[in-house]
Amino acid sequence: MTATSATAPTDHSHRFHTIVTTVENKPGVLARVAGLFARRGFNIESLAVAPTADERFSRITFTVDVASSSLEQVVKQLDKLINVVEISELSPTESVERELMLVTVDVAAGRRHELLELVDDFRAYVLDANQSQMMLSLAARPGRLDEFEEHLRDFGIVQLQRTGRVALPSLDS
Amino acid sequence: MDMNGGQALVKALECEGVEVVFGLPGGAILPVYDPIIESTIRHILVRHEQGAGHMAEGYAHATGRPGVAMITSGPGATNGVTPLCDAYMDSIPLVCITGQVPYAAIGTDAFQECDTTGITLSVTKHNFLVTEAQDIPRIIHEAFHIATTGRPGPVLVDIPKDIVDPRNPRSAMTWYEPTDDIMELPGYRPATTGDPEMIRAAAEMICAAERPVLYAGGGILKARAAAELLALAELIDVPVVTTLMARGCFPDSHELCLGMPGMHGNYTAVTAMQSSDLLIALGARFDDRVTGRLDGFAPDAKVIHVDIDAAELGKVRNPDVAIRGDCKLVIAELVEALKACGGLEAQPDRRAWRSQISGWQERHPLVYEQSEPGELLKPQYVLEVLRDSTPDDTIVTSGVGQHQMWASQYWRFDHPYTWINSGGLGTMGFSVPAAIGAKVGMPDRMVWAVDGDGCFQMTAQELVTASMERIPIKVALFNNAYLGMVRQWQEMFYEERYSEVYLSYEIPDYVKWAEAMGCVALRVEAPEEVAPAINKANEIDDRPVVLEFRSAAEENVYPMVPAGQSNSDIVVDPSQR
Ligand SMILES: Cc1ncc(C[n+]2csc(CCOP(=O)(O)OP(=O)(O)O)c2C)c(N)n1
Ligand SMILES: [Mg+2]
Repeated sequence: MTATSATAPTDHSHRFHTIVTTVENKPGVLARVAGLFARRGFNIESLAVAPTADERFSRITFTVDVASSSLEQVVKQLDKLINVVEISELSPTESVERELMLVTVDVAAGRRHELLELVDDFRAYVLDANQSQMMLSLAARPGRLDEFEEHLRDFGIVQLQRTGRVALPSLDS
Repeated sequence: MDMNGGQALVKALECEGVEVVFGLPGGAILPVYDPIIESTIRHILVRHEQGAGHMAEGYAHATGRPGVAMITSGPGATNGVTPLCDAYMDSIPLVCITGQVPYAAIGTDAFQECDTTGITLSVTKHNFLVTEAQDIPRIIHEAFHIATTGRPGPVLVDIPKDIVDPRNPRSAMTWYEPTDDIMELPGYRPATTGDPEMIRAAAEMICAAERPVLYAGGGILKARAAAELLALAELIDVPVVTTLMARGCFPDSHELCLGMPGMHGNYTAVTAMQSSDLLIALGARFDDRVTGRLDGFAPDAKVIHVDIDAAELGKVRNPDVAIRGDCKLVIAELVEALKACGGLEAQPDRRAWRSQISGWQERHPLVYEQSEPGELLKPQYVLEVLRDSTPDDTIVTSGVGQHQMWASQYWRFDHPYTWINSGGLGTMGFSVPAAIGAKVGMPDRMVWAVDGDGCFQMTAQELVTASMERIPIKVALFNNAYLGMVRQWQEMFYEERYSEVYLSYEIPDYVKWAEAMGCVALRVEAPEEVAPAINKANEIDDRPVVLEFRSAAEENVYPMVPAGQSNSDIVVDPSQR
């Protein structure tokens, strides 16, 4: 995934379709879901899986970069999977999306202050630090993570891990 | 009641009303084969697991009840993949039980281990890996429920050996009745009735159509909706095409029946769809073998599409009215809606459409030239004689190739569930085992397997099964010494450069081979021998019969819509050009 410039965060979210499925919390269910994309050669850009408030079910949230017409067909086929209980596509304008990033960056002694200001600006957290490196976390819109990442590049990213987005419909949508 | 998992499995199958299981034992499934001895269930020992699967398919198609196959882990399971895929493509209700290595050994590359649920993930409607003996009754019930409801399909249940082996403490379980309320399928909600508003919209669209065609697919048979289709067609007086999967769902002898559309469909069925202004698709899926080049398919037609599977609606062709529902219920609802609109009186005057259709029928009937004395048989002729020498409720199964297309073209199907073939996957070798399964399910009916020499060589060993189990099927084997359908494509599209399609008339000697398998066998080479041979075969009812028809190698199937071309470019028989 290429990071987009700070001026086009919404474009970024529009490129992808976010699908939210409620599935039975059982072995093999993720493979069934992923298989329907794999056989068509569609790439899953981002994926998040965890149990819902009701332990019997999990929610799988994933984003794919495909034409709407082919997506509609996959969504119908996903719905046919016996273990898929519910499925919906969330439009970026009617949902709230969040993603978590953990990142370790190099920080030269003279730039520590600059980095901490950046952390403040983005409402990120410092999770760990030593003489030469800091580990940060940020939970935000995926576009916001891209921006943060862009700034950090300047310091030198040692390791970076993003979770894949989770999403819920907006309250009044 | 305390039991072990193996006993529970057999009892659970009995509770589902299973009367016959097609299978072959091996290490991992062994413990289940022990309680089978005491069971009321008949077990038919196949000679190859592919045969078990196709037999279960033939049984299911002929009876409407789910077919059951039971095979061992590893190679048994992989041999079962082809029929699972076949059943998946053709929506056949099947339950396949596979043995698996003990639960603790899974993932260790144990002897005869394979990832059966992984391998079959994309060729089953659903599959289960059972991990606890206690779950067996519930999962078996769920498997049958899933296989038989909604859009039917194959379901596989993979059972590790330890939970069915009485010597293993993990097999201990307490029996409970497998009833609907113990099922745990929160994500499974098969459709039933259609949306009344859409049904009204469909009725209005039909009342406005000048050149409508009812496009009946295999879903009519799955929904057991032949009577409803007949009522609908007669109410609105609209012609019907029946796809390869739907042959027999509407009587071929009915004046509204146009027969089979598609790549080797008859001219009238293909052209009527092409020229129509409304296609009423019922349980059909706009398969590429029916539509030809999609952007040239039925260009002026609006589409009403009824299917139980929402994923079929708009998959290939965008419908103007889409109705998700069970064909039997939706068609009945549609008939009521059409009656409310005024029934036949409300239909426009379609005399011009009808006369256009009868014009096509007169100009382009199915034709072939009878063989000259001394020449080999014409398969079309043999099929006509076979059709006319057998009861009209005879069940016909088929392999895949030219003989399949001729069988579908030249037979007159007047009853549902009399035609059993591999439409979606096009599986060579389907015919003989499918016929065995059909005969087991319908022992009082005559069952003929129409087969090609290429196909026959793929699964002929199941005739040993038929002989041993006294399942008296009859095989019409069309020996044209070629993989004929492929030869035809090479002739037409590869400048007659024949590559790896020649088999041989003489090797194998089919008569000796069939006799060695316990069959009565006859070779037929001249037209005047055809009827007597068939009559003789029809009289034999205690063992399988194989009639080898030495057929003309150069015969081609017409009409034909060449792959990738529009149905408007249909190529008719040379004599009609
Ligand atoms: C398992 C399998 N392999 C290959 C094919 C491709 N194929 C389709 S028809 C055909 C020829 C069938 O030959 P035969 O059974 O002799 O029938 P004929 O066309 O001569 O009537 C082949 C090879 C297939 N459908 N299935
Ligand atoms: Mg042949």
